[in-house]
Amino acid sequence: VFGVVGRLVYRRLMAVAASAVAVPPSAPRELGAVIPVRSLPLVAVVLAGLVVAIAGNWLWALTFYHVVGGALWTSIDLFVGFVIGPILRMLPVPARVEFTTRFMPKMLVIMPTVVTMTLGAGFQLARQSGHLSTSDPRHVWVVVSMCVVGVMAVVALALLSPANLAVLFELRKPQPDPAVVGALMRRFVYAAGVTGAMQVATFVIMTRLAS
Amino acid sequence: LTPERRLPPVTQLGAASMAFVAAGVIYLASYLPKHAPLGAAIACLASAAVLLGVNAVLLSRTREFAWWRFFQVMRWGLLAYFVVAGMLEYTFLYDHTHGALLAIMTCMLVLFMVNVPLLLAFTVARYQVADR
Repeated sequence: VFGVVGRLVYRRLMAVAASAVAVPPSAPRELGAVIPVRSLPLVAVVLAGLVVAIAGNWLWALTFYHVVGGALWTSIDLFVGFVIGPILRMLPVPARVEFTTRFMPKMLVIMPTVVTMTLGAGFQLARQSGHLSTSDPRHVWVVVSMCVVGVMAVVALALLSPANLAVLFELRKPQPDPAVVGALMRRFVYAAGVTGAMQVATFVIMTRLAS
Repeated sequence: LTPERRLPPVTQLGAASMAFVAAGVIYLASYLPKHAPLGAAIACLASAAVLLGVNAVLLSRTREFAWWRFFQVMRWGLLAYFVVAGMLEYTFLYDHTHGALLAIMTCMLVLFMVNVPLLLAFTVARYQVADR
């Protein structure tokens, strides 16, 4: 009974939201590129620096990339999952659409970059420090961290990124469907919540490795 | 509101396939620098491949679907992940990975390279107007 009532209420809310967000056909939405192209040179510089750090086995640079990338990745995940997400769910649909239009393209560039920084430099650091070797007493923590990253990678690549991209395509339509945007944003926020929770596990693992 | 079409569980199957790839890679990496026994990795690889195959068959049977948009996103996604996979393959060769281990890692890389664009393309296309 609750399920049926819930579905009816949800449909009614979506219908109201649809009428609220409707845009007259005479006023098409002005939208830029799906990916902010101007930011790509900066991404290229960051990744080139990572390649140099790995190729040169430069300890300070590897630590810098791993710590800065990891701090950004963790902070953004937790902030989106536990702060932005709940706020977004409370906003009216037109406000969500406006926020999403500006937020998603940036996330599509920032997240892959910080993840690559963290994992690329982290793997090289693990090789250098010997933690990657099965004989190392802290090897088990490296394997646990790989499992956590594995879960995050599957959630991010199978759920989060596709939802992110689909929202951007939906918002490029003259009249975006608020139900579709709402469903995709829900998926995005839940996935960000899961990766946020995984980040808490990462805190434990990384502090164990570093101490 | 966009009418909900009945579509196969492509996202779920794709995510499961990627989970098997991730499990296989973690299993192999956990033995580094030694070589892991390959049985479990082959089982993960086979499971991931079967799931991708099932996904492809189910998707190919879908009639009402925005195939134009699907192939557009798939093409660009494949290009991007081909570059990523190429770099990863280069690191395998650079680290002198060879033989059965290289074959398994390469196959897993191919599955990863196909799965991600497939999921991107499917998720985008399912909310677009179906081809006539």
